[in-house]
Amino acid sequence: MGLLDKEFNNSNVVITSLDNLLNWARLSSLWGMQFGLACCAIEMMATGASHYDLDRFGIFFRATPRQSDVMIVAGTVTLKMASRIKRLYDQMSEPRYVISMGSCSNCGGPYWEHGYHVLKGVDRVIPVDVYVPGCPPRPEALIEGLMKLQEKIRQQSLVKKTA
Amino acid sequence: MLTEFGRVFIFFLVGAIFVAGGLVFAWLIRPKRWYPNKLTTYECGEEPVGDSWVRFNIRFYVVALIFLLFDVEIIFLFPWALVYKNLGVYAFVEMLIFLAILLIGYAHVWVKGDLDWDKPEPEILSHRQPFTLKDQLQQKEVPA
Repeated sequence: MGLLDKEFNNSNVVITSLDNLLNWARLSSLWGMQFGLACCAIEMMATGASHYDLDRFGIFFRATPRQSDVMIVAGTVTLKMASRIKRLYDQMSEPRYVISMGSCSNCGGPYWEHGYHVLKGVDRVIPVDVYVPGCPPRPEALIEGLMKLQEKIRQQSLVKKTA
Repeated sequence: MLTEFGRVFIFFLVGAIFVAGGLVFAWLIRPKRWYPNKLTTYECGEEPVGDSWVRFNIRFYVVALIFLLFDVEIIFLFPWALVYKNLGVYAFVEMLIFLAILLIGYAHVWVKGDLDWDKPEPEILSHRQPFTLKDQLQQKEVPA
C-alpha cells in the first residue's frame, strides 16, 4: 500500500484537499489503452479522431498497459480474448478504470444466447466502471461514458472504505 | 556574489530537487497493490515466452568489426574532403596511402575468408521419404 492511499480512517481538510487535487489530476488526463476488439473499436477510433477529438478531455491512447489509466473494451469479447483482456487489465498500473463499450462487452450483445464463443459480458473477468450501451454506441455515447467515469473519479477518496 | 559555476550549481540543485520532489510525492500518494500477474512482462496480452536475453550469432562479430574499420575510414575522409583544395597534391597522396593501408587490410580479410558467411551444409536426406498417399495414387496410374 502507498503511504497515503486508503490509509486514513476519517477525513480532514488536508485529506479532502489532496483528494480534490489527485482526482482532478486523474480525471483530466485519462489515458486510454490502445486496443479494439470489433466494430465498436471503429467508433472508438472515430471518437479519438479530429471530429470528436478526445484530446480535449486529455484522453489519448497509449500502446502499453503500463501507461494507461482506462481500458475501453470496445467490441465482442470472445472466450479466447477474455484471458488476454484479463492479463492486460492485470498489467495496467493503478489507478485503473474500465469502460465497457457496446452491447457485446456489456452482456454478450447479439451473441447472448447462441454465441458459443462469446463471453457474456466483460464484467465476468474484469471489474467494469462504466457501461456504454449501443450497438455500436455513437462517439457521443462513448464521450458521455468517459464523462461519467470522470464524475466517478471525482468522488474518489484516500479514506479507508468502511462497510 | 555567485560565480558562473555557482549559477550552474544552483541550476543542478533546483533540477535535483524538482526530480526528487516529484518521485517522493508520487511515492507518498500512489496506490501500491501489486500481485504476481501485475508484474508479468507485457507481451501484447500473451504469455511471455523464452528469455529476454536474445543471443546473436557470433558471426556478426567479425562483420561488425570490419564495418567499424571502414566506418572510421569514412569519418577521416570527411574533414579531408573539406580542406582538400587548400592542401592540394600533398593531401591527395596522403589519403591514397591511407586508403592503400586499409585496402591491404581489406584484402587480408577477404583472403582469410572472413567475408564468407559460414553457412551450414544443407542436409541431404540419405533415405527415401516414405510414400505419401498422393505418390501411391500416381504410381498406380503410371503402369495402367
